[in-house]
Amino acid sequence: MNPVSDAMDRRTMIKWVMAASAATAAGSQFSWAAAPAAPVKGYGTDPDLLKKYAAGDCWPLTFTAAEKATAAVLCDTIIPADDKGPSASSVKVPEFIDEWVSAPYPNHDRDRKLISEGLAWLEAESQRRFQNDFASLVLRQRNAICDDICHLPDAKPELRQAARFFARFRDLCASGYYTTPAGMKDIGYVGNVALEKFEGPPPEVLKKLGLA
Amino acid sequence: MPLIDPDKAQAQYDVIVVGSGAAGGQTAYTCALEGAKVLMLEAGRNYDPVKETPMFQTNGDAPLRGTSTPDKPFGFHDATIDGGWQVPGEPYTSASSEPERQFWWWRARMLGGRTNHWGRISLRNGQYDFKPRSRDGLGFDWPLNYEDVAPYYDKVEMLIGVYGDNRGLENTPDSPAGCLQPPPAFRAAERFGQHHGKKLGLPVVPIHRAVLTQKQDPDVLPAKIHPGNPRAQRLLADAMRARQACFWATPCGRGCSIKANYQSTTVHLPPALASGNLDLISDAMVREVTVGPDGRATGVVFIDRRTGKERTVKGKVVVLAASSGETVRILLNSKSARFPQGLANSSGLVGKYIMDTVGASLGGQIPAMESLPLHNEDGAGGNHAYVPWWLYKEQLAGKLGFARGYHIEFGGGRQMPGYGTGAGMENITRGSYGRKFKEDARRYYGSFMWFAGRGEMIPNEESFCDLDPVVKDKWGIPVLRFHWKWSEHETRQAAHMQRTFADWITAMGGKPRSQPQADGAKAIEPGGKIIHEVGGAIMGSDPRKSVTNQWCQTWDVKNLFLTDGAPFCSNADKNPTLTIMALAWRASDYLLAGLKKGEL
Ligand SMILES: Cc1cc2nc3c(=O)[nH]c(=O)nc-3n(C[C@H](O)[C@H](O)[C@H](O)COP(=O)(O)OP(=O)(O)OC[C@H]3O[C@@H](n4cnc5c(N)ncnc54)[C@H](O)[C@@H]3O)c2cc1C
Ligand code: SF4
Repeated sequence: MNPVSDAMDRRTMIKWVMAASAATAAGSQFSWAAAPAAPVKGYGTDPDLLKKYAAGDCWPLTFTAAEKATAAVLCDTIIPADDKGPSASSVKVPEFIDEWVSAPYPNHDRDRKLISEGLAWLEAESQRRFQNDFASLVLRQRNAICDDICHLPDAKPELRQAARFFARFRDLCASGYYTTPAGMKDIGYVGNVALEKFEGPPPEVLKKLGLA
Repeated sequence: MPLIDPDKAQAQYDVIVVGSGAAGGQTAYTCALEGAKVLMLEAGRNYDPVKETPMFQTNGDAPLRGTSTPDKPFGFHDATIDGGWQVPGEPYTSASSEPERQFWWWRARMLGGRTNHWGRISLRNGQYDFKPRSRDGLGFDWPLNYEDVAPYYDKVEMLIGVYGDNRGLENTPDSPAGCLQPPPAFRAAERFGQHHGKKLGLPVVPIHRAVLTQKQDPDVLPAKIHPGNPRAQRLLADAMRARQACFWATPCGRGCSIKANYQSTTVHLPPALASGNLDLISDAMVREVTVGPDGRATGVVFIDRRTGKERTVKGKVVVLAASSGETVRILLNSKSARFPQGLANSSGLVGKYIMDTVGASLGGQIPAMESLPLHNEDGAGGNHAYVPWWLYKEQLAGKLGFARGYHIEFGGGRQMPGYGTGAGMENITRGSYGRKFKEDARRYYGSFMWFAGRGEMIPNEESFCDLDPVVKDKWGIPVLRFHWKWSEHETRQAAHMQRTFADWITAMGGKPRSQPQADGAKAIEPGGKIIHEVGGAIMGSDPRKSVTNQWCQTWDVKNLFLTDGAPFCSNADKNPTLTIMALAWRASDYLLAGLKKGEL
């Protein structure tokens, strides 16, 4: 199995088992029950796999109108349109982030808190520095804020939490974007099509790798 | 899949098979094609990969970009139904609260079991692997040799279709001509790894996986697989014609609607059903094996999950193939006045010596792989290359500090983007965003490689399972309680794995994503995590020291067989499923002969 793409991050899993056990361990002093898991109302263990899902199909979205607006601008600040692909908001990445923070699974509430507080902080910071909402800032002003929080190790102590929010938001934004058809094209994924033959890397790749 | 209603079950079958995965599939296939009347009982729901597999769906089509959730632990599109580390209403427990003493139990409740979503890596055990104790004094020897199993490896490879080739490497058996399918070309990362692995003495060779790289030959293979049985040959030829070759796209873990990879549901069950000798009941949760006054098995009791009703079915032979843990559970729950500690347990060894595979991994970023010219790297939906264990001599000379070997599964490159693509790159991008971030994403995507060691665990006294004295599942059936402990042979091996990966990544000019752990206890994955669950009813040549003989036949109950991983008395680094199928076939031949002679 492919541990990177298939398996869930190990710590997340351990957390789930811990949480599940806490619910039932009271039953017996000696049996440390690893199950049953606390019931969460997600898409269940036997969802329709063939269907194409849109954000909001499995559980209600929860961003407020203000959060939606700020998230859209921040998405496009992180992934703007260029000659290789469209902007993140034009392919519904903010909706994906809304789906993510609204999901009923463990740990999503932590992201919900981080993202909501982060978006609110961004608005407050825009007002404080430029007396304007984030969406109305010009690129230079938006970048001035983002430059201070885009790299956690460089962030000033008072901006650390904002930097944590930015890192998480950027990760979600990238995940949302690069899984869309436009995003897959942008990043250079050319698979998922049936082929007659598989011949391995073409000569120019081998050459570049020093294997030709 | 055409199933029967429990009411339609015949009064008596030749063979009752519990479970429909690799073990149950192979057992039912062999028995049905050789003419026995078989009833298969599967706890999960009916499942048809031809209709249900999301082949070309992208991660963007799935909720949460297809990422893992407690409902679908290996991702949304993964072919696991009603399963995972937890099964609703079917708990298991752990005797200890310490994290390092947990056993993680992966189950799937669906027709075909785990064969729908397994990795399809199909390696033969070698000569040493059946006689480990003779080699280093640890664990147990099997009561059989490689030569006893080899003809069955041949047949299984030809039947299910396994790609790979022969390299004549130590304890890594070659297959006779005509058994294997051609191996696929290596991907860029695999070739790059092969080239730089040479400096470390790592033999990077084609892996063996159960995927058809070309169509099977229906005019040649069936006669080799079923000599002297024209009807079976015809049924198998038809089944082979219905399978397509891999079209080099779509991850195998979702299953394969064109039947190009092995799943019990696409390979074993269709010809077995076509024979007219197999009745199949789904949603049938077997609780116990029933025993007659003569101490022989008479059938099984199961609970119909749809109605909650209890039912009894009868057979001349009962085969448990429910996955080793479940098989142990059924035995322990089959208590009677005659067998108070559970069935086939006069040795007291049912549940003892459970094993998993040692796992440790490390990732790395490889600058040489950045910004490679775009090309399609999907391939056969899984690995094309691997590194078989290469330090037999050093190990035997006692130079390594641990007794058994591991193989390396590795890969990288531009696989289909999913949740996490473009994420977590701050340390190399210094936090870029905007146009720069998009350039960085294009540059670095495809430059990450991952390495996973899969090593042999030696059975030990502290790794076992028994019945929880309190906890029951939703049908009131007592559940398993796991006890687990790695020995230093495993933890040191795990540390060696990470060190090797770090060296290899460095040899490629790359940077490991984290420091290798010097303390193997920190490097090793928890027990069960690699999902190579075997043991619990080990085979042997002495009834006092084992549960079954070499034919997977229990010593205590002559007409009771265990054909899953439960009789494994060692767990070589080779992934277990090919061996499970080979031994299930061998056991089935033996029980068919016994039925014919009227001995069973
Ligand atoms: C993600 C993943 C990757 C893997 N990769 C590999 C690999 O690359 N190579 C390899 O060799 N192995 C691999 N494995 C392991 C492999 O799947 C198993 O070794 C194999 O499926 C074992 O076959 P089995 O028939 O014993 O069990 P299963 O395939 O699990 O089938 C058992 C069946 O029995 C049913 N059952 C259980 N209890 C009862 C009951 N009480 N009554 C009725 N039915 C019951 C279950 O529902 C299930 O369908 C992998 C496993 C997973 C999950
Ligand atoms: S990669 Fe090939 S074998 Fe695997 S699912 Fe796709 S078509 Fe089937």
